[in-house]
Amino acid sequence: MKILVCISHVPDTTSKINFVENDTTFDTNGVQYIINPNDEFGLTRAMWFKEKQGAAVDVITVGGAETESTLRKALAIGADAAIRVNTEAVEASQVAKEIVAVIEQNSYDLVIAGRESIDYNGGMVPGMIAAMINSSYVNNCVGLEIEGEKATAIREIDGGKETVSAQLPLVIGGQKGLVEESDLKIPNMRGIMMARKKPLHVIDPAGANQSVINTHYEKPAPKGEVKLVDADNLDQLIELLHNEAKVI
Amino acid sequence: MSVLVYTEAEAGKLKKVAFEVASYGKAVADQMGTDVIAVTFNATDAASLGTYGVNKVLNISCDTPFDAKIFASGIQAAATQNNATVVVVSSSADSRYLSPLLAVGLSAGYATNVVAVPSNLSPFTVKRSVFTNKAFTHTEINTDIKIVGVSNNAFGLVENPTECAVEDFSPELSPAQVTVESVDKATDKVTIADAEVVVSGGRGLKGPENWHLIEDLAKTLGAATACSKPVSDMGWRPHSEHVGQTGKPVASNLYIAVGVSGAIQHLAGINSSKVKVVINNDPEAPFFKAADYGVVGDAFEVVPQLIEKLKAFKAAV
Repeated sequence: MKILVCISHVPDTTSKINFVENDTTFDTNGVQYIINPNDEFGLTRAMWFKEKQGAAVDVITVGGAETESTLRKALAIGADAAIRVNTEAVEASQVAKEIVAVIEQNSYDLVIAGRESIDYNGGMVPGMIAAMINSSYVNNCVGLEIEGEKATAIREIDGGKETVSAQLPLVIGGQKGLVEESDLKIPNMRGIMMARKKPLHVIDPAGANQSVINTHYEKPAPKGEVKLVDADNLDQLIELLHNEAKVI
Repeated sequence: MSVLVYTEAEAGKLKKVAFEVASYGKAVADQMGTDVIAVTFNATDAASLGTYGVNKVLNISCDTPFDAKIFASGIQAAATQNNATVVVVSSSADSRYLSPLLAVGLSAGYATNVVAVPSNLSPFTVKRSVFTNKAFTHTEINTDIKIVGVSNNAFGLVENPTECAVEDFSPELSPAQVTVESVDKATDKVTIADAEVVVSGGRGLKGPENWHLIEDLAKTLGAATACSKPVSDMGWRPHSEHVGQTGKPVASNLYIAVGVSGAIQHLAGINSSKVKVVINNDPEAPFFKAADYGVVGDAFEVVPQLIEKLKAFKAAV
């Protein structure tokens, strides 16, 4: 089984979000980058398939040289090889097309992407890949087993979950639940040393065109101070929620 | 030229998000000077969309309750037949599942988490939330057909009573690629996605045996129950109740957090809620900085009192 895990190189959750150049560009100054959390759950599930079922695991990202530290981390966690499509990731359909160009050269049985990245929150890449290669697709995937050519996946739905089956090749939009947080691996020294010797292929972009453009950013208006209500005066809270906030 | 809205139904009844996308679609159609056409599957109350400005509903009968590929193909057929230039979808799990397929099928640019009507029609520009609600971006969609994913509860329901025709629509649908084997869903509870009010519990509740506090408060308010990440990690509550960055997003009118400290990952998931109330015995809890109203106090004392007072309030109005 060959697995491709799509990795998004994203600012750490605790990063300060600021913009420069007249609010047209995200300010990367002082920002730490990580593997997108939803992708990391998928990568860790892929490691399980590698250990238990002998799967070969490639990781891919679309981005400049600055994303290689994130790919090296994925290699240190245990991926066999990394691919970097050497172009700036500007929007979901462009990223999906670049990844599809690689999939068409390599015939993967399973493509795992996070259900969304924590920076642009688009949530489109896994579905677009599936549509472009006409494969089975399960989003919000919180459980996955594969036997031969058949996959059984659990999809989180509003108010519960459903179990679905599909033939490979399959694309999933993964999230927490594929593995538990406690199963996530911190790369050890041996993994980090080995990652240095693993292949990291830099390939030219297919040159996908752009259908949406982020022209400029803005930050939300600063929030007012919290209104504190005394614990002995909860009638006031109800009054505020009813008359001021008008939510009850 | 027309605006097509995908109005979701469940068990034959339109969901609240259906009326919100209809309201949004009507606002866009007014900007463009055109009609709103809705497409829905297996809805028995489709004519009610007229209240929100829909001129025509295409109702597709389908044996499957939901399948992303089948539904995307039906919506695509509706868009093509009606020459839709804007397609409006919600941010529900199902809409987010099928819309990327629709975008590829229609060669359409797709913007998610859109929080307002287009600021400009040419170039077509929408404002959407990014960085998990820590910023907004203004996004131009440059394709012939544009798909707008409206952020839940961002636009609200706007009535615009209109004469509404309901037609059966029977396009050729794609075959399913995925088979649903079983569904495990609580049908008697309000879901986090649909709820106007969400009551959430954190580690401050000390154990799953105390969850009746959260459930009673939720019941009093007709609210959905949710929890913080540590609570679901420890198995006190199911993962489907976990809200936050790696859990479910919440965009309710009112979010009440009890014994939740307010880690940045938690706040990232609940930021789109309109009004936030925190009840916590630690006045230094970060949640107080994100909340609109706060009560510093012991949840075990405050919550039962609040339930009693809310019951009295509900009985009085």
